Amino acid sequence: MSTTFLILILLLGFLITFQIAKASEYVAVLKGEKKAFESNNRINGFLMMVFLVAGLIGVYWCNELFKGKVLGEAASQHGQQIDNMLHITFIITGIVFLITQILLFWFAYKYQYSETRKSYYFPHDNRLEMIWTVIPAIALTVLVGFGLFYWFRITGDAPKDALKVEVTGKQFGWIFRYEGKDGVFGKKYYQNISDAKNNSLGLLWDDPATHDDIVVSNEMYLIVNKPVKLIINSRDVIHDVGLVHFRMKMDAVPGTPTTMWFTPLFTTEEMKKKTNNPNFEYEISCDQMCGKGHYGMKGVIKVVSEDEFILWHAKQKSNYAQVFENGEAPVKKDSTLKAVIPAPAPAALIAARN
Amino acid sequence: MSNELTVHGHPGVAAPDIHYEDHEVHHHKETFITKYVFSQDHKMISKQFIITGMVWAILGGLMSVLFRLQLGYPDTAFPFLEDLLGKWAKGGKIQPEFYYALVTMHGTVLVFFVLTGGLSGTFANFLIPLQIGARDMASPFLNMLSYWFFWLASVVMVSSLFVETGPASGGWTSYPPLSALGDASQGSKAGMDLWIISMALFVVSSLLGGLNYISTILNMRTKGMSMTRMPLTIWAILFTAILGVLSFPVLLSGFILLLFDRHAGTSFYLSDIFIASTQKALPNEGGSAILFQHLFWFLGHPEVYIIILPAMGLVSEVMAVNTRKPIFGYMAMVGSLFAITILAFLVWAHHMFVTGLNPFLGSVFVLLTLLIAIPSAIKVFNWITTLWKGNIRFTPAMLFAIGFVSLFISGGLTGIFLGNSTLDIHLHDTYFVIAHFHIVMGVSAFFGMFCGVYHWFPKMYGRYMNNTMAYIHFWVTLVGAYLIFWPMHYEGLAGMPRRYLDYSGWASFNQFGELNRFISTVAMVVFAVQLMFVFNFFYSIFKGRRVTSQNPWGSTTLEWTAPIRPGHGNWPGEIPEVHRWAYDYGKDGRDFIMQTEPIGDHESKH
Repeated sequence: MSTTFLILILLLGFLITFQIAKASEYVAVLKGEKKAFESNNRINGFLMMVFLVAGLIGVYWCNELFKGKVLGEAASQHGQQIDNMLHITFIITGIVFLITQILLFWFAYKYQYSETRKSYYFPHDNRLEMIWTVIPAIALTVLVGFGLFYWFRITGDAPKDALKVEVTGKQFGWIFRYEGKDGVFGKKYYQNISDAKNNSLGLLWDDPATHDDIVVSNEMYLIVNKPVKLIINSRDVIHDVGLVHFRMKMDAVPGTPTTMWFTPLFTTEEMKKKTNNPNFEYEISCDQMCGKGHYGMKGVIKVVSEDEFILWHAKQKSNYAQVFENGEAPVKKDSTLKAVIPAPAPAALIAARN
Repeated sequence: MSNELTVHGHPGVAAPDIHYEDHEVHHHKETFITKYVFSQDHKMISKQFIITGMVWAILGGLMSVLFRLQLGYPDTAFPFLEDLLGKWAKGGKIQPEFYYALVTMHGTVLVFFVLTGGLSGTFANFLIPLQIGARDMASPFLNMLSYWFFWLASVVMVSSLFVETGPASGGWTSYPPLSALGDASQGSKAGMDLWIISMALFVVSSLLGGLNYISTILNMRTKGMSMTRMPLTIWAILFTAILGVLSFPVLLSGFILLLFDRHAGTSFYLSDIFIASTQKALPNEGGSAILFQHLFWFLGHPEVYIIILPAMGLVSEVMAVNTRKPIFGYMAMVGSLFAITILAFLVWAHHMFVTGLNPFLGSVFVLLTLLIAIPSAIKVFNWITTLWKGNIRFTPAMLFAIGFVSLFISGGLTGIFLGNSTLDIHLHDTYFVIAHFHIVMGVSAFFGMFCGVYHWFPKMYGRYMNNTMAYIHFWVTLVGAYLIFWPMHYEGLAGMPRRYLDYSGWASFNQFGELNRFISTVAMVVFAVQLMFVFNFFYSIFKGRRVTSQNPWGSTTLEWTAPIRPGHGNWPGEIPEVHRWAYDYGKDGRDFIMQTEPIGDHESKH
């Protein structure tokens, strides 16, 4: 009902506009084309100025309105560097924006048609053109310089003592793997993946290094002020680990692991106080279109103190232990470990033994 | 050789029984089919392109209205949507699969079918022969084929909307593996095949058109029309066509490999994949999903210049005419078009900074990408200087030209953010990107197109469009475009990811609900005003004020020496000869001097 009503109103509005438009054409013929043109020109010239002034006020107002809603304090060192870069770029582009927009609309207003004015024949001026080739070039050199300085710091190698976490994206969720006491990730092979057998990453149980690997989903624990290196994988399509508070982002590509590292500066609890939001969480958003559940593909990062982390880590049961809950190890095979050969499904073997 | 051809008409242009000298508008043996359907007249083909483009623009725009409805009112059910869309809007709410199909089709349609096919197709066809002084294109037959391949591509694309599993829904970039695996997404089933077929046909159309534009411009200029006397429109179209011819084939190769991966069991893009919905691991190993992105963006980035260069050309020309001044720095304008064309091929990987690209390689692409800002800045300053000390007539076309420059500045500057890899880490795939490319290549290319339509409509149809409606159209669209896309920058700075249909589940991004509603409302108003433009266009074809003089805008270029309604062959007598560049406005106290007028004895040099 209301839809029909809305459409009717729209049609009516359109009809009125159309009638006015038609009438104004007749009026123009009556008044004389020249007069009609001149009055139209004055109106549009005036509107140019109105648009400029209203636009600049609007930009200022919009800034004030959204100041608090964008870019809270960056929660990683890399994030702070990115924010610095943002500010440098804001200043340079802001100046250019103001100068060019003001000149554009002001000239349009000032040099609008007048019977007495003659346009000035000004086809080119090499000096002027040189000026506005060189000045942008200098500004851009500054931006490229700062940009690459930060870029290489952010994408450089992670510190050796960094905590390593393997992140795997899947439709539509996140899986995290931590090393056990041995300090290495065990081998895995995607053909071994089986959600039914609780082996969501396809770990190869033949490799003893997998036995203490901890696999959790949806929540990732990190240590405050300790660098973390994420090794990012995907199980199916391309995903992206988007960490808005840390200002970090990296695609998860099936078949091609990627990495990124950063240092969290505040624990989740600290951020709750900083943002005055008791429900604050560091969220992982998937930033690469991955299918119908893309918009809900969320993970949570808990940044905690080192002690809390050690406690949490100790409480976790390894994936291996969860699969073989009765404590029986799978049959040892003599064959040497090869990542490319899928290991025999251990649960099936256990079933056969019983 | 070329002079002889141009003076006596090109043998390939038309059937030998056409005598330009005797027949102004009609020539014999023109049936309805040959005149309006399978026409080989470049002017008719350009009309076919613009009208098809308009149909596509309405469809693509309507799609954006639908998904803006979802974004603005994620919790509200609209029963009429279920009536309209059936299972895709169960209970009056747009389903996720359909939301993604909508954004995918919106992007594909607007980027390729409207702003490439519709914009280049229309103005390259219409302006090249008329402005360089040729009777038609180098090959009118290929030109006709170019339109009909476009039409076929359109039919296939539309038909994909009616497939049971839905149209393609992996984004307009259709990255594999998502686009390669039907089990990973409904839209990657039959819809994706149709999408690839349609795009392949589109590439064929684009190549036929592009080769024709290039050969016509290089070979068929009239006597005296040296390259540096050509209007900037023609230069822009030439570079656009070169970009298309060199980069579309790469896209096609990427699509063919994708087709193989989908149906022939190859592993170009696929490796290590386990599908959750079927609980199966795929046999494919060793492929690289990133390879597709390289192939895609090798076209994908030049594509944005394919869209924006013609708009720049149209705007430059209209600006000179309506300031009654020569365009400032003609050679610099040509040079910057050339620089943009070259750089367009060297920057594609800036779309891939966060794919795991080698950081050093990334830094090279940062440098090359930001270099594009220099020719762009030259163009902007030259346009502004063209306005300076002019005597400006605010015709609708001129308003859109000024609006274009404003939008190009706003959108271009945010490109400096995104081209810098450090900032791209944070801004990649957020609303900042949406705001950037919609302003700089979406809306501003549309402004270029509107500018062209309002300016050359009198030449196309011998009538004017209604001015009052045009003024309303301009101001609402300009203000609306800024109201829609400006606030999106803030959402992007807050890290709000694109391609989400509901943000309410996210603590980090749910602060913009009210803003999203506002944007959706403005988007609908702006869409409605575009419908008014379409109405104005068609109404004016039949009922618009008649053009009574040959050169209504007081232009210098050749199309205004042709009859008000030129027939096939454009000039009834001999093709005019050119004696000067296209921008002698306000010279030596004269308002304008046509290109056909010989240089006077006492004329000052520029």
